[in-house]
Amino acid sequence: MNTSLRLAIAALLCVTAVGCAKKVKPTSSTQPSDSTSQNASTDRSSEAGPYTEASLNSDSCLRQRVIYFDLDRTEIRGEFQAQIACHSKFIRQFPNYNVTLEGNADERGSREYNLGLGERRGNAVQSALSSAGAPGTQLNVVSYGEERPTCKDHSEDCWSKNRRVEIVYTKN
Amino acid sequence: MPANYIPRFASLLLCLLGMAAQAQSPASGPGLSSDVPTIVIRDGTGSALPITVVPFAFEGVGAPAETDVSDVVRMDLARSGKFKTLDKKDVVEFPSRGGDIKFPTWNLLKQSYVVVGRMTDAEGGAMRVEFELYDVPKQERLLGLAITGQRSDLRGVGHQVADLIYEKITGVRGAFWTRIAYVTAAGVSPNINYALMVADSDGYNPQVLVRSREPLLSPSWSPDGKKLAYVSFERGDSAIYIQEIATGSRQVVSNRKGINGAPAFSPDGSKLALTLSYLGNPDIFVMDLGSRETKRLTNHFSIDTEAQWMPDGQTLVFTSDRSGKPQLYQVSASGGDATRLTFQGEYNAKSSVSYDGKMFAMAQGTGNVYRIAVLDRSTGAGTMKPISPGSVDESPSFAPNGSMLLYAATDGPRGVLYAVSADGRVRQRLVLADGDVREPSWGPFRQR
Repeated sequence: MNTSLRLAIAALLCVTAVGCAKKVKPTSSTQPSDSTSQNASTDRSSEAGPYTEASLNSDSCLRQRVIYFDLDRTEIRGEFQAQIACHSKFIRQFPNYNVTLEGNADERGSREYNLGLGERRGNAVQSALSSAGAPGTQLNVVSYGEERPTCKDHSEDCWSKNRRVEIVYTKN
Repeated sequence: MPANYIPRFASLLLCLLGMAAQAQSPASGPGLSSDVPTIVIRDGTGSALPITVVPFAFEGVGAPAETDVSDVVRMDLARSGKFKTLDKKDVVEFPSRGGDIKFPTWNLLKQSYVVVGRMTDAEGGAMRVEFELYDVPKQERLLGLAITGQRSDLRGVGHQVADLIYEKITGVRGAFWTRIAYVTAAGVSPNINYALMVADSDGYNPQVLVRSREPLLSPSWSPDGKKLAYVSFERGDSAIYIQEIATGSRQVVSNRKGINGAPAFSPDGSKLALTLSYLGNPDIFVMDLGSRETKRLTNHFSIDTEAQWMPDGQTLVFTSDRSGKPQLYQVSASGGDATRLTFQGEYNAKSSVSYDGKMFAMAQGTGNVYRIAVLDRSTGAGTMKPISPGSVDESPSFAPNGSMLLYAATDGPRGVLYAVSADGRVRQRLVLADGDVREPSWGPFRQR
């Protein structure tokens, strides 16, 4: 029952992901039947090919390890749902991997508050991964606040790159 | 050693040319910035008191001292915002004793005060610095004192002279002879070297206390000035350390799951306020440093952090985003409900409380501009005033006499520190190491 619930959530996330992806295609149909068939095919492909350890470096979804956030927000944007789904699937499949979710904030405001903000984002990714089926025992959150910027300009373009959670794998 | 010999020779040569002052290097040690500290004054100098610090005469035998104590005094007084010092180049007469002062000259230059002094040899290679402070209009001696110090500590002597002059004229204890802590970051990610530093209040004499390959932040002084609490990520996640400055010995006092942050010693030094998130989200806790037991002070799903003690030790001020964006709140040290302190400005965080508990400095954000603002509650409901230009200013820290603050700002990609008068009128960038500097924390008064 637990598994089926997880699958249902995973399927839901897939719908969301596809839905978002579709938005950028101007010609795509909005008919429900089309959406369902898309969803079904996505599901089939992931069930048909379970990941190998090498997938971490070869699978285009698993290679995406950064989730970006809006200013002062901790909601995971729709465009990252596919990433949540594929990583949770990998984590569930490989119990010998632990994952650290490194939460980060942009430079604005105080450092300690930003530690809190980074942790909130890390927690948001953790619960999304858990909801999608990743066992909580393999997940850990570390917040670096504004201490680990990927870019140091004082502009929104740069700040948006620093408001992120990085998914870091370690093999036991 | 040639490396030591050459600068000394050069400085001697310059002394012979009568340029001793220019030869003085801004700080000892390699890798330090050679920037000339410039003082930025805004809104005029209306209320600043005109004072001349005449270069002190060197009356010792042997090599002249490498530090001109009067330069240290002049710079301290100017930086405080309370004084308008006469430029050294505009000093036309050079009395070194009260009896030699021609008051009409200083009256003509519209000076309220004049300081004269001389340096003589003392036992064991030390130097005795004698100085006198005069009220020019009254032609009256206000101070006549001597301080003896080692040649290596003449800047310290200068800061003590400045403290005495400051207190005599303003009635407020000077805080120039104090130390500051801050964090530097050098190198490019992922090879960044962090260091926790301690230096004189003007940034000179920097010393490394801790080196780390992982972030260091939030240094907080013990009230006796002997220890620093800080946050280090060297174990991979945040942990709070307390370190003795003199010996370097240290202990981990908190390394729970999640955030261990924002340490702050209580005014009596027996407790440490800190931020812990192991119960789910960041809340304020107080640790008894004797028993190491922690007590939870706040319990809210928001981010509660950056606790600071009020001077009486009965109340703490902290940052919380329970109303949406971060604002300052107060809570009793025994727990209970928190009350909101700041209402002006959409983002107010990381407070520093003045020694009298009347002024609260904070990082204030409006849109994309973050400035340091001071809430002055000495009169009625209080007034909020920005004291820094922005736009990425943070981490204010009051001097122990409340007259000035340190804060962190940026210059391009690089972090820099500024000292600013509490009214925001006078601002000076500290001469510190090249590279990224942040997290300033002004230490307590020192005991002689």
